[in-house]
Amino acid sequence: SPALELPPSHSLPGRAAALAAAFIAWRRGTPGRGPALRALSRARRQDIDGVGHKYHLEFVLEDIFEKDSTVNCTAEVLYHLGNKNAAPDVQFTIEGELKNTDEADNLFYNRIKSLKNELVAENIPDSYGNVPPEMEPIRALAWAASGYVIWKNSNENTKYQLAQIKHVKQVKRSDEYLEFDYMILLHENVSQEIIPWQMTVLWHPQHGIEVTQNSRQPKHV
Amino acid sequence: QLDFWLSPRGTGDPVDVRVPFPSLQPLKAHLEANGVPYSIMIEDVQALVDHEQMQMFRHRRRLQPLSTDAFDYSSYHNLDEIYAFMDLLVAENPNLVSKLEIGRSTEDRPLYVLKFSKGGTNRPAIWIDTGIHSREWVTQASGVWFAKKIVQDQEKDEGLASILDQMDIFLEIVTNPDGFVFTHTTNRMWRKTRSKRSGSFCVGVDPNRNWDAGFGGSGSSSNPCSETYRGPYANSEPEVQAIVNFVKNHGNIKAFISIHSYSQLLLYPYGYTTTPVPDAEELHQVAEEAAAALSSLYGTKYTYGSIISTIYQASGGTIDWTYNQGIKYSFTFELRDTGRYGFLLPASQIVPTAQETWLALKVIMRHTLEHPY
Repeated sequence: SPALELPPSHSLPGRAAALAAAFIAWRRGTPGRGPALRALSRARRQDIDGVGHKYHLEFVLEDIFEKDSTVNCTAEVLYHLGNKNAAPDVQFTIEGELKNTDEADNLFYNRIKSLKNELVAENIPDSYGNVPPEMEPIRALAWAASGYVIWKNSNENTKYQLAQIKHVKQVKRSDEYLEFDYMILLHENVSQEIIPWQMTVLWHPQHGIEVTQNSRQPKHV
Repeated sequence: QLDFWLSPRGTGDPVDVRVPFPSLQPLKAHLEANGVPYSIMIEDVQALVDHEQMQMFRHRRRLQPLSTDAFDYSSYHNLDEIYAFMDLLVAENPNLVSKLEIGRSTEDRPLYVLKFSKGGTNRPAIWIDTGIHSREWVTQASGVWFAKKIVQDQEKDEGLASILDQMDIFLEIVTNPDGFVFTHTTNRMWRKTRSKRSGSFCVGVDPNRNWDAGFGGSGSSSNPCSETYRGPYANSEPEVQAIVNFVKNHGNIKAFISIHSYSQLLLYPYGYTTTPVPDAEELHQVAEEAAAALSSLYGTKYTYGSIISTIYQASGGTIDWTYNQGIKYSFTFELRDTGRYGFLLPASQIVPTAQETWLALKVIMRHTLEHPY
């Protein structure tokens, strides 16, 4: 079936764009780089019989660290009709290069590796929106890892954002990986719910990010 | 030049030293040449100090400001501070500003509205509310800034002066004071009111689903534990009933603007149905112009449209009710940002957000003035 042009202000392509951005954050995020959606430029939608809804998107990404650093992207997001538990398929192309963060990543890696006591922190950002500079890589890691959680749990009726890191604790490892146990809050924009979510995140400068464990937590009443 | 924070004690014991920048490379070379292991604990001490100073400046236990000129618009305030600000503003501008109590919240806090008026009796009016959802802190903070802005500019800004020559402005800064206090004392992410009902241990009603427009529809929840719980019946929340009473008793409100965050949207009715409002085309034009004015200041991009097509179906919403009451120019804002900080918008963005939003508000107010109905 043909692709129907949708206004970029429409809610449905907006959700697909947020999902694509979260997916890109997971695939391309590092402790020095947090891709985030700046604006949706163009959206088309195909209803594929027996398969699902496919969105063709053109959008602009910014970086959570540098608002003025932007890059154009295209993506295809397919929400599957049948299996509601299947994560949407996302394919993307970034026009040009994202900022190289190797030096910052290695500095962060060495800094954490040499800590005598495991890193522990909470409320990032705090109630007033503050993020201490030394916590920015911790936040960026959560931003990327939450992209994975968001991708796995999204459908056409959801729009998730990372709202806050409630708590993070480093888990010392004997191998070369860094491990962090996060308790995050996700904001789901359609239901307006704030959802606590636990994630165990592994990272190494050369091997990237892995979410080895994640689970939705009961809401505080 | 080396500043020892943990002095040398004996061989085998660690030493902590702050190294001035020019000594950094020579010291590293010296340690490496002598096989002395080291690690960097703090990359940049100055940055930490600067950050701490900034934090302390922001969160200092403030003495009460003695005037609205001494008030810090670039930081977030609690309920007492905002209520004190209102009283100061009224005291400083008795000929323009008065404070009305339009009701009491569930926890018996006063619900205050500032009235900006140059005279007359029951003039056509603009209504602006902020903070109906308590976690949306940039909105109450912007409301405070708008109040001061109106007072500052009422003479020197021609547009505002001509609006106030013929119309009144009503501004409710903390529309949900119980929720607001809760965000300060207990849960920063609290959205709803704090009403309690027997039969549920969950607290609160979504005040933006509690209005009598499409009440009970599928754009709201019947579950008291939900963030979009509509309440047991329309206007069950005293915070909502107070505004309903005010609007009906006034009878001459011509524009109604309810301000939320976040998402950077400018919305008009309806949220509860896909049927367009009769004035959709005009409202769309006004929204387009207002969004362009907003964007002109810092380039902040807003999306605009009806609630239902732009975000989601929402039943029992404020501006659906006000529109159905005959208030044609009914709009909702969702302020900065688009998710990078979300509800936790850094205080440094309060004033820029308020400044750009004010330009959009002036477009709506001016259009209302120039298109009497």
